[in-house]
Amino acid sequence: MLRYLLEKIFTFVPTFIGVTLISFAFIRVLPGDPIIVMAGERGVTPERYKELQEQFGFDRPVLAQFWEYLTGVLQGDLGTSFVTKKPVWDEFFALFPATLELSLCAIIIAVALGLPAGVIAAMHRGKFFDRTLMSTALVGYSMPIFWWALLLIIVFSGMLRWTPVSGRIDLLYFFPDVTGFMLIDSLLSGQKGAFSSAVSHLVLPSIVLATIPLAVIARQTRSAMLEVLSEDYIRTARAKGLSPFRVNGLHALRNAMIPVITVIGLSVGTLLAGAILTETIFSWPGIGKWMVESIRRRDYPVVQGGLLLIAVVVMIVNLVVDLLYGLINPKIRKS
Amino acid sequence: MAETTTNSPARPGRLQEFWRYFRENRGAVIGLYVFAAFVALALGADVIAPHDPTVQDRAATLLPPGWAEGGSWSHPLGTDPLGRDMLSRLLYGARYSFFVGIVVVVIAATGGILLGLLAGFAPRWLDTIIMRIMDVILSLPSLLLALVLVAILGPSLLNAMIAIAIVLQPHYVRLTRAAVMTERSKDYVISARVAGAKLGRLMFVTVLPNCLAPIIVQAALSFSNAILDVAALGFLGMGAQPPTPEWGTMLAEAREFILRAWWVVTFPGLAILITVLSINLMGDGLRDALDPKLKRS
Repeated sequence: MLRYLLEKIFTFVPTFIGVTLISFAFIRVLPGDPIIVMAGERGVTPERYKELQEQFGFDRPVLAQFWEYLTGVLQGDLGTSFVTKKPVWDEFFALFPATLELSLCAIIIAVALGLPAGVIAAMHRGKFFDRTLMSTALVGYSMPIFWWALLLIIVFSGMLRWTPVSGRIDLLYFFPDVTGFMLIDSLLSGQKGAFSSAVSHLVLPSIVLATIPLAVIARQTRSAMLEVLSEDYIRTARAKGLSPFRVNGLHALRNAMIPVITVIGLSVGTLLAGAILTETIFSWPGIGKWMVESIRRRDYPVVQGGLLLIAVVVMIVNLVVDLLYGLINPKIRKS
Repeated sequence: MAETTTNSPARPGRLQEFWRYFRENRGAVIGLYVFAAFVALALGADVIAPHDPTVQDRAATLLPPGWAEGGSWSHPLGTDPLGRDMLSRLLYGARYSFFVGIVVVVIAATGGILLGLLAGFAPRWLDTIIMRIMDVILSLPSLLLALVLVAILGPSLLNAMIAIAIVLQPHYVRLTRAAVMTERSKDYVISARVAGAKLGRLMFVTVLPNCLAPIIVQAALSFSNAILDVAALGFLGMGAQPPTPEWGTMLAEAREFILRAWWVVTFPGLAILITVLSINLMGDGLRDALDPKLKRS
């Protein structure tokens, strides 16, 4: 187990350096002189040019620049935004809770619905329920979620007027950030209606973001269950006269969970990619929207730093999933 | 010589066998028909489309579809905010989507297979370097990486395709390498090596044909991913630029009218969904037919 742990952590390091290299290279591979490109149409005076060159260190050798960048990153220095003049690190952590809240809600929806759906489908293999569910899952899996979001807005915000179209909470409510999670903060504030306002803002984006992971989890759970259900020990458990609940719920599901957990872990990348679209459509003030806007505004330090931080988040989640995998899977745990 | 004699009689049989398995999956066959119909429509867009996809008719903006109230059958699916015919734009848009899918898959698969073969046959250090680079690409959410690449290269359909091909390519590298690893130590490869086959021949003639099944399935998957991602980039304004009738770009232009004109939003998205769905259905069928071991019922 210890060896497994160390191995996983050791592969983390080169990947981290690789990601740092990519985000370092980002500004330097912009076609043309990066400073001129960043200055855009307004242009730049020779003095300012020199100043910027020194600020970015473009006048020094590339290796020295990379070393400086890497040490800066490790100390939490990711440069400052051109637009807001605030450190990228601070901006990221101000916006990250919004994305985290949305992603957590989405993954909870996806697991809470996908897991039982997959199990039930596997138990009724080939029957009507199974076929309907799997067709629905395939449609969900093929869904362009930016379109799906627009459809939901048309129906629930436009026609039924149940949910607001954008933001995290009504402008009426104002309370201090405690946890950064709107659901918790609105409860803590004790203001009437704040919590339900936060919920109604959160519902549509979470459903949109959950769609693809939900479909993937349902499909994966079903196929993992089917595989496990044909094993000898399941037949033994049935022959012993155990109740179907014990057989399916305890014996089968526990073993079927191993590949499913991998899939849930892998969907974090999908979630963050989906968050870019979902947040843009619902004006959700999170990392995804921030990145798209920074790319549009050519705010390169933000794009560079955001890219790195998002990659690190994905890598950490993957590492945690790998470690969890080791904990759950006795084959790895005992070796 | 030995190869032509063993291969040629087996070929038609293999194809027939493939079709027999493929046909068993009803969804896959439906997917194939829908896909073929869409390809035919895209190819025949010049003949079928009732209007020019970029010509604006200021007198007929946001016209509802033919069957709806206030609609006219000269624009069967209505018109967009600039008075362009929706049906014609969708038909020409299909061309872009299929074109994008094919080009992206070809670039990603070629690059990925070459790198995967290289990693599988190369000494340990080169293998490690290649696979770590792929890990780095995989640790970035695909759409984000594509967005950043487009930010560097500049927004256009071509750059979006390059970006997506780069993002999809590691999957091919991993698949090919894994297949090569299992094939490499088999007797037929060793005997080819003993017989004096050079590295190039070992890679492309001896081993590669036996690694193709999972790669073909992956190709179907990344075809639909490419269509989705290009549409997403177009939707964010980072893909095809207006007035190109690309489905994602059409959705982006229609966004502000969603509460007034449902058809400008519904049809492009439906076109994306049906195309991607039919390809995914075929992909499932391909997987079952090519690899009965993986058959998931």
